[in-house]
Amino acid sequence: MAAAARLFLRGANSKLSIAPGSLGTTLLKLSPNCSSRTKTQRRHAAHFTFQPDPVPSQYGPTQKMNLFQSITSALDNTLASDPTAVIFGEDVAFGGVFRCTVGLRDKYGKDRVFNTPLCEQGIVGFGIGVAVAGATAIAEIQFADYIFPAFDQIVNEAAKYRYRSGNMFDCGNLTIRAPWGCVGHGSLYHSQSPEAFFAHCPGLKVVIPRSPIQAKGLLLSCIADKNPCIFFEPKILYRAAVEQVPEDPYTIPLSQAEVLQEGSDVTLVAWGTQIHVLKEVASMAQEKLGVSCEVIDLQTILPWDIETVCKSVVKTGRLLISHEAPVTGGFASEISSTVQVRLKWPVSHPPHSHVFTLCTDDVNCWCIH
Amino acid sequence: MTLYAPTCLVNAALRAVQSREISLIPENEGARVVVSRSFADFTPQATFDIKKCDLHRLEEGPPVKAELTREQGLQYYRTMQTVRRMELKADQLYKQKIIRGFCHLYDGQEACAAGIEAAINPSDHLITAYRAHGYTYTRGVSVKEILAELTGRRGGVAKGKGGSMHMYAPHFYGGNGIVGAQVPLGAGIALACQYQGNNQVCVTLYGDGAANQGQLFESYNMAALWKLPCIFICENNKYGMGTSVERAAASTDYYKRGDFIPGLRVDGMDVLCVREAAQFAADHCRAGKGPIIMELQTYRYHGHSMSDPGVSYRTREEIQEVRSKSDPISMLKERMLSHNMASVEEFKEIDIEIRKQVEDATQFATSDPEPPLEELCNHIFSNNPLLEVRGTNPWSKLKSVS
Repeated sequence: MAAAARLFLRGANSKLSIAPGSLGTTLLKLSPNCSSRTKTQRRHAAHFTFQPDPVPSQYGPTQKMNLFQSITSALDNTLASDPTAVIFGEDVAFGGVFRCTVGLRDKYGKDRVFNTPLCEQGIVGFGIGVAVAGATAIAEIQFADYIFPAFDQIVNEAAKYRYRSGNMFDCGNLTIRAPWGCVGHGSLYHSQSPEAFFAHCPGLKVVIPRSPIQAKGLLLSCIADKNPCIFFEPKILYRAAVEQVPEDPYTIPLSQAEVLQEGSDVTLVAWGTQIHVLKEVASMAQEKLGVSCEVIDLQTILPWDIETVCKSVVKTGRLLISHEAPVTGGFASEISSTVQVRLKWPVSHPPHSHVFTLCTDDVNCWCIH
Repeated sequence: MTLYAPTCLVNAALRAVQSREISLIPENEGARVVVSRSFADFTPQATFDIKKCDLHRLEEGPPVKAELTREQGLQYYRTMQTVRRMELKADQLYKQKIIRGFCHLYDGQEACAAGIEAAINPSDHLITAYRAHGYTYTRGVSVKEILAELTGRRGGVAKGKGGSMHMYAPHFYGGNGIVGAQVPLGAGIALACQYQGNNQVCVTLYGDGAANQGQLFESYNMAALWKLPCIFICENNKYGMGTSVERAAASTDYYKRGDFIPGLRVDGMDVLCVREAAQFAADHCRAGKGPIIMELQTYRYHGHSMSDPGVSYRTREEIQEVRSKSDPISMLKERMLSHNMASVEEFKEIDIEIRKQVEDATQFATSDPEPPLEELCNHIFSNNPLLEVRGTNPWSKLKSVS
């Protein structure tokens, strides 16, 4: 976050001609641990403050819910309205390790909400079969880090079913949910953000919400969508994110990025937890540097809303993308190269073309957390 | 008074003086000199009946009687008690938030680690899953290095970068976080042993939860096809996290799940039973007969990890019952006492020594500095010259040395 602020300093210099000296102290205050000073006895966890959205009025009465409760609400709505819907995964029966399925088994029966043994490849393969046969399958993978045994099933089977059968069969009824992203103590295997691996696969949809209201709407859209969808839920927000969420079902369209805040100097793009970091950055930049930021929540990673992002960058001339996943091959690289190709900027010194990606480096995303 | 009596008496006195038991006085303070009965009073060796193993595709199994010498008994006791105390100390440190992240404790299952180590050679290989602190110890890593790894300090066995689930030692391949992923690795290590013709075996451990992973069956097939010297061991502690075995497995006879691979079901709470079975299995593999599966029926007192209280899927009475009736350390102790192989004071002495050892290790683990920031990115690749890795922003570059 502080690094983003440094970026603005550089950008601000070129556009607003502010003498570096006067902002020197500001820079030091905001400067992160880029220095070689060792402060290893203190935790370096990046912080963020969850910023709730305003209460939606168009979907009916609302209730205070956190992220996992909004997921439960979406699943409840689905099981109520769709008699073919089933939820399965490891430990979902008692409510799940993150409490996303609490109460559903009691309400809808053990033939609709059931546990599977510990076998991710089996869970997804089984889910594809259920979906192909016409039932709505909602599979839970306990952590996104464990999705890799199922990678073959997702990429080779689920994504390509419709295409290879000439539209005779498809597993559009399949939705895979998994907790995603860093949580502070997850280390190698409870912190990963694997959206980039799946972004490389046509035939799938990959969706990441930033908050409870978004999560419920997007999850219901994924379940309704006639394509296999992977829905990553930021696990650090399960309890931390609380909003007034509509009780009735509602959908938020997929592949539509949302402009959360309009601005004129730089476009900030992120998804999931990073949105809250960038919102804070945007307000800090406005306050301390007079920089006006446009914040965009991509929401759907694949297929992503190229038009909204490009339109914004045409307006501001600068793009900054921030994500938790490693830099190399991360989805930010796809966004930045697509934007540059679309806007036909020459490689060397196009006007106002500062495209930066801020991501955890390839090691830090496992180690620091 | 007969003529030989004084000689007898003198001889007896001499023997008593020569073999007067003196406990090993550690160099540090705080140990009392044990004044106990003389050495000659203790039974040097005894034979115990052990539970017969259920067999699958085997004509005969391990022996139903196990011999135990005094030295062996004390050593197994010491090993198990050290693991127990170390795990309880880890529990304490976790609750004090000195250990963070994930921590899966092994108390209750000590007999498995101690028994297996007693049956194999240090040159044999072992790989297990994330409940690995016990095996890290039995494979030769000191308590100090284990606790320092748990607290993430530079004195830890993985230099503070691995944590609870990633501890390694020569011929001990960890410490693996992803459930079931270590089993094909174990089969591969066994292939290397076979290829190199070094008469070593690989002990590949997994739990009852992992027993339903597909990659295990792929490993069984390869191991059996190529007759790999691989001992597959399922530590069945009856719960895969919060799911009891009946609710997860179509067949809870884990020793039979290798189908074409012979199997043994072993009482995992009895260190002698585990030792005899592991010895039998190692002989089987070394004779070139191919892989073998052992199911150790054991129990863990703690929950799956430190964030699991362990009582939402099982009753406190159940845990209490196992503790009182089948605790591996108590069983061994009672056996030795009832056969006069050691004294109560001796066991107390060992307990005190171990407590001190664990305290010293804790002191080290809490005071050792964390690894320096310069080491954060080391060992990503094997590279020469050094590699530059981007930090969390474009201006911070970290160095990766390997």
